[in-house]
Amino acid sequence: MSFRLSYRADPGNPWFSWQYVRDNSDTILAAVREHASLTVRAVLIAALIALPLAVAAYWYRSLAGPVMALTGVLYTVPSLALFAFIAPYLGIGALTALSVVVLYALLVIVRNAVAGLNQVPPEVREAAEGMGYGRWDRLLRVELPLALPGILTGLRLATVSTVALVTVGVVIGRGGLGQLIFAGFQNNFYKAQIMTGTLLCVLLALVLDLALAGAGRLLTPWLKRAR
Amino acid sequence: MNPVEAALVWLNDPLNWTNPGGILERLGEHLSMSAAAVALGCLIAWPIGLWLGHTNRGGGLVVLVSNVSLAVPTLALLTILPLTFLGFGRPSVVVALAVFAVPPLLANAYTGVRQADPEARDAARGMGFSGWQLLRRVELPLAVPYLAAGFRTAAVQVVATAALASFVNGGGLGQIIRAGFGLDIAAGGGQIIAGGVLVAGLAILLELVLARVERLVTPHPLRADRRRARRRAAQAVAGG
Repeated sequence: MSFRLSYRADPGNPWFSWQYVRDNSDTILAAVREHASLTVRAVLIAALIALPLAVAAYWYRSLAGPVMALTGVLYTVPSLALFAFIAPYLGIGALTALSVVVLYALLVIVRNAVAGLNQVPPEVREAAEGMGYGRWDRLLRVELPLALPGILTGLRLATVSTVALVTVGVVIGRGGLGQLIFAGFQNNFYKAQIMTGTLLCVLLALVLDLALAGAGRLLTPWLKRAR
Repeated sequence: MNPVEAALVWLNDPLNWTNPGGILERLGEHLSMSAAAVALGCLIAWPIGLWLGHTNRGGGLVVLVSNVSLAVPTLALLTILPLTFLGFGRPSVVVALAVFAVPPLLANAYTGVRQADPEARDAARGMGFSGWQLLRRVELPLAVPYLAAGFRTAAVQVVATAALASFVNGGGLGQIIRAGFGLDIAAGGGQIIAGGVLVAGLAILLELVLARVERLVTPHPLRADRRRARRRAAQAVAGG
């Protein structure tokens, strides 16, 4: 009890405080929810755009060069600059934050999916052709399943980096957990709040990554023996 | 006036370049803190990466470091480090940026040594090279293309990330974008886009320059286009 009292008398600025977590659980949960939903939506949208792009780059070799070059250049553009380009048009809101993270996730997924598709051995492709598979059958029943590990790697990389990237959204006030970190910094450098936001970010990335890894195992049972 | 026109107007005002806190000063800050961060990253990552590669240990550690660093938000490091013994100001920003330079430098140094031809390594051992001589005179020269590739990735990433230093008032070109957002979109739209163009332009320019440097320091026989040409030739022979 005396500890309690002395704690109240001089709260100090600890790196972590359960008291803070308890007192602000609503704010913290809301930030986690915003962060997670932005990440999941971004990766889903990015995957829906990226996979057809990757297949197009795989089918039409002349498209592969431009697609890879464009994604390479876009990936070099700093995230803050991307916010700067998009915000004046889409405004300061969730739409801008979503667009930026979708663009980055898109690049990662496209590059890995193209690499995965290109790894399909030519013998396998020829065998499928010889069995009378058409272009679509070959894609859906041979090439995409074989490229699945590459695609999943891309999804995992995209998810983890998206979790980190969402925090840059504080520039327009839509940073999810970044909002928590930034507010803690501005609010007299409140360490417990900064640390809580950071730990939750890393934890969220870990959880989503493990979930995707688990999904990958279920989707590629034929790889189990190799492991 | 649409935002792009406003950006051109903003960039055309000489005072926006030469004023205190103008483009030139911010560019200087941006470059100096990026250079310090990359140098610090090289000092830490290269010796460790080369040594791990040489002893063929710690491959898992290299992967772990790059995976974990991917999940840590830059914003978190930028706000946490000033509150440690590093204190507010330049050193904490430089260290935060250096943390993100380490994974590509480390991974490429490690891979660079690991990919050295085992026959070259055996030959050197047979000639009586000590472990240190082997690293310095065989593995290190063969790893140069990888070191250059890692340097390019790290430097471009640091220059891009340095824009975020503006969140903690650390200076750099990102400060221009932040100031524009502070003015509200309608008034600062031009400045926001202008800042974005400067930051993105710097990153892309550096990428192009370092790609050139990477090519120059890669010995002819190790260049990718040569290798590809040789592989194609080998395939043609095997096929015909």
